[in-house]
Amino acid sequence: MYFLLSVWAFLQLFPLYWMFTFSLKTNQEIFSDNPIGLPRSWLWSHYRDVIENANMFRYFANSLIVSAVTIAIVSMLGLMATYALTRMLWRGRSFVRSYYMLGLALPIHAALLPVFLVLKNLNMLNSLWALILPYAAFALSVAILIFIGFISGIPNELEESACLDGCSVYGIFFRIIAPLMAPALSVVAIFTFLQCWNELLFASVYATDWRYKTLTVGIMQMAGQYRTNWGPIGAGLTVATAPTLIIYIILSEKVQKSLVLGAIKG
Amino acid sequence: MERVMKNKTAVVFFLFPSFVLFTLIIIVPVFMSAYYSVMDWNGIGAKTFVGLSNYIEMLSDTNRFLPAVLHTCFFAAASLCIQLPFSLLLALVLAAKVKGERFFLTVYFIPVVLSAVVIGQLWMRIYYPRGGLLNTLLINLGFMDKAQPTAWLGDIRTALVAVTVPILWQYVGYHMLLYYSGIKSISPDIFEAARIDGASFWQMSTRITLPLLKPILQVSLTFSVIGSMKVFDLVKVMLSDGGPSGSGEVITTLLVRRMFYPSNRYGYGSAMAILLIILCVVLYQSVGLIFRERRGER
Repeated sequence: MYFLLSVWAFLQLFPLYWMFTFSLKTNQEIFSDNPIGLPRSWLWSHYRDVIENANMFRYFANSLIVSAVTIAIVSMLGLMATYALTRMLWRGRSFVRSYYMLGLALPIHAALLPVFLVLKNLNMLNSLWALILPYAAFALSVAILIFIGFISGIPNELEESACLDGCSVYGIFFRIIAPLMAPALSVVAIFTFLQCWNELLFASVYATDWRYKTLTVGIMQMAGQYRTNWGPIGAGLTVATAPTLIIYIILSEKVQKSLVLGAIKG
Repeated sequence: MERVMKNKTAVVFFLFPSFVLFTLIIIVPVFMSAYYSVMDWNGIGAKTFVGLSNYIEMLSDTNRFLPAVLHTCFFAAASLCIQLPFSLLLALVLAAKVKGERFFLTVYFIPVVLSAVVIGQLWMRIYYPRGGLLNTLLINLGFMDKAQPTAWLGDIRTALVAVTVPILWQYVGYHMLLYYSGIKSISPDIFEAARIDGASFWQMSTRITLPLLKPILQVSLTFSVIGSMKVFDLVKVMLSDGGPSGSGEVITTLLVRRMFYPSNRYGYGSAMAILLIILCVVLYQSVGLIFRERRGER
């Protein structure tokens, strides 16, 4: 049993180790002398090279901005919708709820061309909004599902007593419900972050101007640019991987939970 | 309280922004795609109505489209027959209170959070004919002639399988974690009782764990089948134009090339998008149906 578990763990970790080590080697070392050992001299210069020559910094920043703004939009809009869909009383509530859940089954490919045309006509194709808006829309369904799961655990009494104290429905939402939903917010944030950070399809079709490319597209381009010079490519891959890996290592249980919840609720 | 919660203005205030975003980006495009799919249009000239001819052309394209559907189904089959059973095995073993459970769990989940672009680039280098990890290993073990290394991604016979492996590899940890958390939520008393009655590990797994795991199995099955239909990133990265003679082409990669560069056929591409939606919705419903029937039998 341990043998099986360890072999699989090795197979999952080794490619990452290999990626990191070849980012610090010369081609000579990678291809003939020393394919899998630790680098003989650690060539950090590859990192400086990709950051200076391949616009890595710009793409990195773009990915960061797109992810952060998307998370903010999804959290805010999702939370507000969830409140209306669970706590407030109105006709057609369950219908609208199922309407939002359509987003779980529909593949994003249907939106590719229509949204592309609309953004083109609005002259928004080359801007980060061209990615933020679709990403936010696609993350919305899962976010609402996760929020609905969490909000049912918050007792009604809190709202009732606030109501007796004369608090308006907006006050109840912003002062009481929103702060209590913080754990759900972190789950949604992690889920949304991973989706935005790793997305390729929309990013490759919509952002054609280098100033608005994200890291995934940048990596593809960089790999083409350096072709057979593996050291800098490895450095680029490592730079792109580092943020997710660091977040994962610090918050591993939280990240696992958020992806599992995102699936089960979906 | 009731009066406050029936505040119509507040309902609109809370719902309006997300409703607009969702409707404009998720729902309206489905209808727009359906409309484009019966048109012949390159995006610049005028649209001409062509009825179902885009669909007919697509479904009789034995050269590219039908093989792409077949390859997509191959991913789904590989995931169902190899990835899910293997993930289940790992989860069963891990949940049986082994030491270092947390460590293995964390490690297995690492590829799930990584970008498919990074994983694709990495595996391209593992498969690289000269100096790639796989061939270096095979040559050193004596399984391969150094003078004739296999180009795994460049060979019609191996391209599809070569691109399947990393896809399976990446998500084993994900399915494993789904199963694992499902198993952990089963009351330990049940296992304790079975152990006292002398049940073996195998008996407990098949008679207790699996039946109780059904809701999770449904989630994981849905994810695996729908996910296979939507595979794009890894294929795009590793086989940019569908591999040698389209031997690794999938629906999504063909869709993007037909819709945008180089074909620029908006109508035809939209027909493919509509077909993909139908496929996903039908599969989503069928998985749900299979599990509902099973539950009815019991």
